[in-house]
Amino acid sequence: MSNSTETESLPGQRFRERFPLLALVIERMLLSVLLLFAVSVLIFGGVEALPGDFASTYLGQSATPQAVANIRAELGLDRPLVTRYFEWLGGAVQGDFGTSWASRNSVSEQVGNRLGNSLFLAGFAAVIAVPLAVGLGMLSVHFRDRLPDKIINVISLAAISLPEFFIGYLLILYFAVNFGVATFPATVFEGMGLIERIKAIALPTATLVLVVLAHMMRMTRAAILSVMSSAYMETAELKGLSAWRAIVKHAAPNALAPIINVVALNLAYLVVGVVVVEVVFVYPGMGQYMVDAVTVRDMPVVQACGLIFAAVYIFLNMLADILAIVANPRLRHPR
Amino acid sequence: MPETSSNLLTVRNLKIEATSYPPGEPPKRITIVDGVSFDLQKGRVLGLIGESGAGKSTIGLSALAYGRGGAEITGGEVILNGTNILALGKGGIRKVRGARVCYVAQSAAAAFNPAHRLGDQVIEASVKHGLMTKEEARKRALYLFRVLGLPNPETFGDRFPHQVSGGQLQRAMTAMALCPNPELIVFDEPTTALDVTTQIDVLAAIKHAIEETDTAALYITHDLAVVAQISDDIMVLRHGRTVEYGSVKQIIEAPTQDYTRALVNVRQTARQEAPDQSKPLLKVDNVSAQYSNGFKVLHGVSLHLCKGQTLAIVGESGSGKSTLARVVTGLLPPSEGGITFDGKPLTPALKNRPREDLRRIQLIYQMADTAMNPRQTVRDIIGRPLAFYDGLRGAAKTARVKELLDQIEMGNGFIDRYPAELSGGQKQRVAIARALAARPELILCDEPTSALDPLVAEGILKLLMKLQEEQQLSYVFITHDIAIVRAIADSVAVMHRGRLVRFGPKSQALSPPFDDYTDLLLKSVPEMEIGWLERVLNTRRMESAGN
Repeated sequence: MSNSTETESLPGQRFRERFPLLALVIERMLLSVLLLFAVSVLIFGGVEALPGDFASTYLGQSATPQAVANIRAELGLDRPLVTRYFEWLGGAVQGDFGTSWASRNSVSEQVGNRLGNSLFLAGFAAVIAVPLAVGLGMLSVHFRDRLPDKIINVISLAAISLPEFFIGYLLILYFAVNFGVATFPATVFEGMGLIERIKAIALPTATLVLVVLAHMMRMTRAAILSVMSSAYMETAELKGLSAWRAIVKHAAPNALAPIINVVALNLAYLVVGVVVVEVVFVYPGMGQYMVDAVTVRDMPVVQACGLIFAAVYIFLNMLADILAIVANPRLRHPR
Repeated sequence: MPETSSNLLTVRNLKIEATSYPPGEPPKRITIVDGVSFDLQKGRVLGLIGESGAGKSTIGLSALAYGRGGAEITGGEVILNGTNILALGKGGIRKVRGARVCYVAQSAAAAFNPAHRLGDQVIEASVKHGLMTKEEARKRALYLFRVLGLPNPETFGDRFPHQVSGGQLQRAMTAMALCPNPELIVFDEPTTALDVTTQIDVLAAIKHAIEETDTAALYITHDLAVVAQISDDIMVLRHGRTVEYGSVKQIIEAPTQDYTRALVNVRQTARQEAPDQSKPLLKVDNVSAQYSNGFKVLHGVSLHLCKGQTLAIVGESGSGKSTLARVVTGLLPPSEGGITFDGKPLTPALKNRPREDLRRIQLIYQMADTAMNPRQTVRDIIGRPLAFYDGLRGAAKTARVKELLDQIEMGNGFIDRYPAELSGGQKQRVAIARALAARPELILCDEPTSALDPLVAEGILKLLMKLQEEQQLSYVFITHDIAIVRAIADSVAVMHRGRLVRFGPKSQALSPPFDDYTDLLLKSVPEMEIGWLERVLNTRRMESAGN
């Protein structure tokens, strides 16, 4: 054939043609790493641009220019910005986020504990919210435009419209204060039993579930509905298949990608969204820790928390992208 | 008409209704099919023919007791082997669908599930209905893949829908319908979306498979020439009612109704070609073009077009005929070669072209629907080029819009309508008026009639020819329909895989000796003649035996 121009493609292009799936996955991973570096610059720059500094907050009334300069020198703040950024980044890549200015303890150690608490809360909320949302979405499809669908829609819309701190206080008011069936504040400590722990976090979990439920539910409904109206679902019906088999075998595999996407997005939101909820419920997680650090301008802690939140967010989105790519038969089985 | 004793399918007084929701008005009950009756015997094929909206697909689906998009069967009987399937419950009808009656959709590409292998989908109904074991079903699928002439039948079932061509998918869908040994198959325009050269193979495969398995079939199409090849009887439908019902021979050779006669005689006009002139209006000189990824789509194409004449460009999808139009308009600048317009070289890229050159070359698209802003009225759509090129506004613009509406044979009453309130043919007429508004010398027509019903298309072609005569317009007419070429062209260019394989005055281009591709193309166009398909296939067989 005369397609001489096509054979002279670059090696990268040839790899892409032979393994389109792998190429796309690798591309997504590289993009995520790049994004994380960009975020690290933003976090460092943003924290640097915050008004006020640790030295004057720490010293309070006794902040003479000399004392402030001494503390700044002690913390290494007199060195150029770029040097400090790369020092911080170099440590962060190895898991060392430096020393807290306020408590003089290792940031990594403290963060480690609290990250566990946060992930436990977010994870527990996810375990409840994801199946509930997907299930309600399917119910909604089943009762499309009838009363159950409308009720589900109205309640989930109301839940998504209220800010999480408001929902949190409402729950505290009714369940902890008026009825006294739940505990507040949500204190957890090391060596606490699992059942105790779950009891303690019941209210913050409920708050988080209510906040993410609506979005996932509505997207699941939309994804399944769009698949249900496609020609191959008609084919399934005209083959005389049962409604159940049509949904499980023919609709579900095609609705998977959009559902995975919205679930991952909401998981990411859960992890990041705990900040507000933790403060409301005085829960000893990353969010509470970060807010405390911001008040005293404890920069290493703020930076570490910011970077970890960003990493979780980027990782979950990357995972969603990759799963959606893998779920696409066109990419899994090239021509 | 055949006797009723041995009927496989009997349809009596079928009435199908739907509820439509016109914007701003209360919901309305509309009747889609009214009082249709027919009989079908084992091993025979009934062709249902009509324009879009005639209710032919709706009738076809009633054989599976299925109403698409809210259509409801509200009256009559559909009796399959003595059982009225409309009276069966949900569970009962499920046992009929996919087992005793199967359906082949127009777009197999959409009707196959992209997530599963073709083989699994082909055997699914047979296995789930308990008609055969998985092994037996696989064997039968393999047999059917062979009968239908699919490449590598042993491994064909392992492929996913996106891995095979459109023609192969359509045959796979036929295999899927035949697999459970059904009593009846409903073919819903199975070859409409295919190129003619592919269509003939699929038609032959379907016909062979029907004969081989002795299945009865309803064959739905808008193309009388196609249905004449495959059916025993034909029912002509219009607005949901039967116009005429009889044997193929009677319908084709002695139609009794005016409407049927119009369908049979459509496009039997042929235009006298005008002589070639020394000074062409458009000259395409050794043009090559490629996409930004380096994929070459045109290879050294040279042709020309004289003033007041029509150049027809024919070829199947992917042949580069629309790309050539994009190159002429400047949407895709050529990588080599150049274009001369009215004696002067044309700027390659659209964005550098002087406005005057833009005005002189206009475009009409295949889908008038998507080529118009749905939020603009006819007045705005046609008025836009008037304001852009001639600076008209106010009363002068309105007067000119009315004049143009007159030219396209539409009344002034349409001036404040939105595209959604126009029929397909009317939309295409408005698109023509929009092109005319620029007072062009050359109009590129990209399959302007292929989405329209035959009689409507005929009207559009007549309009284009009238306008050509009145305004000395030149047309580049892109089409895959040889009958249109015969009807309107002065010169013909045949394209295949980005190359020009044939170019010349119509009388030369469409007469022998042919090159191989043009020969294949011309012989693949169905003719309204009973036995055409067998004749072509026989000739092919003899030729391949001779070689």
